Amino acid sequence: MFGTAIIVFREVLEASLIIGILAAATRSVPNSKRWLSAGVLAGLAGSGLVAAFTDVIGSLASGVGQEIFNAIVLGIAVLMLAWHNIWMSSHGAALAASAKSAGRNITDGSSECSILLVIVGLAVLREGSETVLFLYGIAASNDGGQSSMLLGGMVGMLAGITVGYTLYAGLLRVPMRWFFAATGILVLLLAAGMASQAAHFLIQADLLPSLAAPLWDTSAVLPENGLPGMLLHSLVGYDSRPAGMQIVFYLTALVAIFIGMKWVARPRQAPIKNNDIKITCP
Amino acid sequence: MRILFFFTLLFPLVTHAADIEYKLIINDHRFQPVELTIPSVTKIKLTVENQDATPEEFDSHPLNREKTIAGHSTATIYIGPLVPGRYTFTGEFHEATAQGVIIAQ
Repeated sequence: MFGTAIIVFREVLEASLIIGILAAATRSVPNSKRWLSAGVLAGLAGSGLVAAFTDVIGSLASGVGQEIFNAIVLGIAVLMLAWHNIWMSSHGAALAASAKSAGRNITDGSSECSILLVIVGLAVLREGSETVLFLYGIAASNDGGQSSMLLGGMVGMLAGITVGYTLYAGLLRVPMRWFFAATGILVLLLAAGMASQAAHFLIQADLLPSLAAPLWDTSAVLPENGLPGMLLHSLVGYDSRPAGMQIVFYLTALVAIFIGMKWVARPRQAPIKNNDIKITCP
Repeated sequence: MRILFFFTLLFPLVTHAADIEYKLIINDHRFQPVELTIPSVTKIKLTVENQDATPEEFDSHPLNREKTIAGHSTATIYIGPLVPGRYTFTGEFHEATAQGVIIAQ
């Protein structure tokens, strides 16, 4: 039961942390929770589909279809997170103001709302399909002890959700003047970590050179199967034995998104009056 | 980022060089062979055939590899070149029995 709980926890954790960060980052956007929930539901439905077609996906592209699929899902997620973060930096000041006072409705944030849905949907899809397969395997086997293992799965899932919720609740306590910087940095690192994971899959599929593998080995100090390593892996893309190419992807994403954020947040000649703007999700 | 992304889309077009192939079989949630010796200096193509009806996840932190393998199907994983040594791997979904080690020489 314990082993099952840990496997499910590991899969749920990453999606849960992403949702926690995004839910906090869009706290002042009305109805954003509705879009996040829709993303979770879409992701769960997608997980079932991906799990059902694992053999088909796996056999594509001479046996490396799964890696290509994962890399594409991660690549889209990186682009969406980049968009989200750059969008937030251009509206951050206005959002901070509208969180304090009720501003008048001018800007429509509907594109941002669908971006939220896609990011959350993809996160749940990727982590969820493995969980579905794993739990299906348990349910389908006749080893006995299924109920205790499924119970373990439930425990792992609840623990994963709890950590994500704790992060969300913790972020809401961050004072407003630091808040957007804090969530911005978290999303930035999240995106860079996903870029590194995408590179990892492409190396595994032999579609990218590893450059140096591993570039370093910190598995003795901070193993990835321990809780701190697991959390750091999900939050900032920590890898105890990364390939050089992963670091290239990580830094490229980090720098590119950072420059985008700084560029849109640069002072303009006619500053928008903060309390004139309120972003709403339909 | 957009450029980087489109760049990654081109990679499936890159062709593979000839690979040295090794094979693992999963049967009754165990790997066969349990110990696989491979050359360390070159990249190898490892195919893992899952003969069980249930899915399995080939997982190795030392090798930095993880891959889900559906029941009754075969997966391809590229490994190496490696520093000579022992690299353990597990079937994450049945960790009690599915254990193995790759020895790079």
